[in-house]
Amino acid sequence: MSLLRQPMLWLILGAMALFAGLPGFGGDVALREGLFLTAIAIILASNLNLMIGYTGYVNFGNIVFFGLGGYFGVWLTTMHGWPLVPAAIVAAILVSTIALFFGLGILRLRGSYFTLATIGINEAVRALVSNIDAWGGSTGMYLSVSVYQPLGGPRQALWIVYFLVIGIMGASLFLSWFIRRSKFGLGLFAIREDEDAASVLGVHPALYKSVIYSVSGFLPAMAGALFFFKNGVIQPDQAFDLTMSTEAIVMLMLGGQGSVTGAAVGAFLYDQLRSTLLTSSMFSQFQLVIAGILLLLIVLFVPGGLIGWIGERWPRLRRVLE
Amino acid sequence: MFGVIASMVDGLLLGAVYGLAAIGLTLIWGVMNIINLTHGALIALGMFGVYFLTARVGGSPYVALLPVAVLGFVAGLAIYGLSVHRVIARPPLMSLLSTFAVNMVIIGAGTAFWSTSIYNLPFSVPGITWQGFTFTGAHMLAAAVAVVVAGALYLFMRHTRLGKAIRAVANNRQAAELMGIPSGRILAVAFALGVALAAVAGGLIATLFPFTVLSGSGYQLKSFVVTVLGGLGNPAGALVGGLLLGLIEGGVTPFIAVSWTPVIEFVLFVLILIAFPKGLFARGAAR
Amino acid sequence: MTALLEVTDLSIQFGGLRAVSEVDFSLAEGEILGLIGPNGAGKSTIFNLINGVLPPSSGRILFGGVDITGWAPYRVVRHGLARTHQIVRPLNDMSVLENCVVGGCFGRDNLTLAAARHKAAAVIEEVGLGEHRAVLARHLTIAHKKRLEIARALCANPRLLLLDEVLAGLNPTEVARMIEVLKAIRRQGVAILMIEHLMQAIMSLSDRVMVLNFGRKLAEGTPAAVVNDPAVIEAYLGTPDAAHKLAGEG
Repeated sequence: MSLLRQPMLWLILGAMALFAGLPGFGGDVALREGLFLTAIAIILASNLNLMIGYTGYVNFGNIVFFGLGGYFGVWLTTMHGWPLVPAAIVAAILVSTIALFFGLGILRLRGSYFTLATIGINEAVRALVSNIDAWGGSTGMYLSVSVYQPLGGPRQALWIVYFLVIGIMGASLFLSWFIRRSKFGLGLFAIREDEDAASVLGVHPALYKSVIYSVSGFLPAMAGALFFFKNGVIQPDQAFDLTMSTEAIVMLMLGGQGSVTGAAVGAFLYDQLRSTLLTSSMFSQFQLVIAGILLLLIVLFVPGGLIGWIGERWPRLRRVLE
Repeated sequence: MFGVIASMVDGLLLGAVYGLAAIGLTLIWGVMNIINLTHGALIALGMFGVYFLTARVGGSPYVALLPVAVLGFVAGLAIYGLSVHRVIARPPLMSLLSTFAVNMVIIGAGTAFWSTSIYNLPFSVPGITWQGFTFTGAHMLAAAVAVVVAGALYLFMRHTRLGKAIRAVANNRQAAELMGIPSGRILAVAFALGVALAAVAGGLIATLFPFTVLSGSGYQLKSFVVTVLGGLGNPAGALVGGLLLGLIEGGVTPFIAVSWTPVIEFVLFVLILIAFPKGLFARGAAR
Repeated sequence: MTALLEVTDLSIQFGGLRAVSEVDFSLAEGEILGLIGPNGAGKSTIFNLINGVLPPSSGRILFGGVDITGWAPYRVVRHGLARTHQIVRPLNDMSVLENCVVGGCFGRDNLTLAAARHKAAAVIEEVGLGEHRAVLARHLTIAHKKRLEIARALCANPRLLLLDEVLAGLNPTEVARMIEVLKAIRRQGVAILMIEHLMQAIMSLSDRVMVLNFGRKLAEGTPAAVVNDPAVIEAYLGTPDAAHKLAGEG
């Protein structure tokens, strides 16, 4: 099989094995918690890459998928007694459907107008959810310990959720990779370069954009359902936090937009940096300042991110890292 | 019934301040096609500027607006030089991110110095009570200042050489350069002006409500709403958009829970953006 | 002879300006029709109307017997009607090959990626971009970008090709090469509707010529007949001398 000879396949599988194995074999809970957040970051950044890197549409409100997925997931598991996995899948389907609907509206907008609309949608959803009494309004929903019983108690549930998230991380990377190598992906890249020219060449921009917007919401929504299930509580301000949206963009820029590995590497590095800064007594106060300076430096001097920079220095590596 | 009208009048007073806050954002958008994401942070800095000048130096907060405006202008020049000038011709993502990066730095530093606790300007202006409804003096004064500043900006843009140069650059940068207008310097001035307006608006808001270093982001979102109502890049429209937003807020408050107001605002925002990307008051060629 | 393209009563109004007004023409399978006229006569607008970039105010466009009036551009090209742009629009950060693969993948044959790569490689050789296939489109010279426009359109395997000033801005050597390319395309049986200011090229390539002025059709006929038409000379060619010279060459 030619697929087996693709370096990317082994890179993704290797990353998954490391993430699952490192804390898995030693039962290292602290390491697991750290890698859990990193995996969430990789999921958010690589799905965001489908919009920003592949299609050229800057979605500043991407966290709305994560938050809504969390709400649907928590609602199904706690209020309706659904098992976790079907709840997460249905949450993702619901979010993707809603995204398709949103997308048909806002994807008529281009450039900064689109970006503004994505911020507006996130804020509108946040405000709306704060008013839904069935979802606990502005105080949100709390999960009782009993929801963890079917998974063998809270302690074991946390491990199961962790492995599921690693699975979604792998799925996100495979999704990015397959789209990048597909005809669909080629159409997206054409739209990124010049939407009108792409249309004249036969690409159906409205269809392609709506589909990718919806697809880019699916796995983050599942991740959101798992994240908030594990978290034990979900609140509007936490679920629809624009800061997390923008952090995902910073990760993407750090690694390099448009490439599969760029999103993942950027998310990994940013998350390591964040946890280092947060735990260091000297810098914890200035975490945001340092992250801001880092972002500014990247934007001004290395707009292609780490992977773009490596690709320029060593063109032969570009093919491996796609 | 009277309660509703009074609430709408109060909404209009607040709306004038929203409008002023949004003018800074829309001016920068109109001149250089950039969404300035430091806007909220500068509003917050304006709040703290007025607070510290009043609390430490003493005097009226309205007098403090003047040095705040000057400091805002200087900060604007610095931000432009650091983060905007190099990305002005690049795709929108770059300017969004570079200004957002500066926003992170300001908010991060502000949080480190002042924490996120609530500050309150220790002063009060006597209000007017009419038919049992009190219009606070601070609201009226703030609206008056906002309208005066907006009017001054209008006159500046219409009747001074610099204002005309800014409009020329906004209209067509290349053509303006061919006419001998140094577009780089004009862009810097326009950006700094937008930032100064944000700081002044922040200072005015500080006279109305308690605030934290994070308050700016809420007003930044409101500014987006206002700008879209009035048309991106249209300063006069921003003031009208601000009044409209204030009117909507004041008009719905008596009827629905406060928590529904942002739902209405943001749904309206997205719908107007989709239906009228050039704003409600666009006259053909608005960019 | 059945018409491949049949345009009837085509008009578009921009505000108060009637940019194209009641234009009728047709084009047969494999034919080359030249479209000439002064700047602003509405030539490019006609292209935009035919391939769906602009919706016409009135009129009908039949292509291969199907009414394509008001179709979106992506549908038109999938139906076999491809075009180039007067101001080139390469997909800048994609290679020459990738640009052409886009054309093949989303064109009339709806090719798979592998098939489109194959087709693109062949077309790239044909238009003489072989040694640049891995170069990013943004790094090409203007002459090569024009060839890329044509290659991309050809990858869609069109029955009709709309060429918008593909010779403008090229030096004489490049013009000669491009004319060879166009002749090769015609030999494959692809019909061409071309806008061109370079009269020598129009004269030597076109089967028929249509002249547009102020959005209206001024004249239509064989190249020799058209350049001798007094109305055409007055509106477009300028001096009768030029017309005689052209007629002599044609």
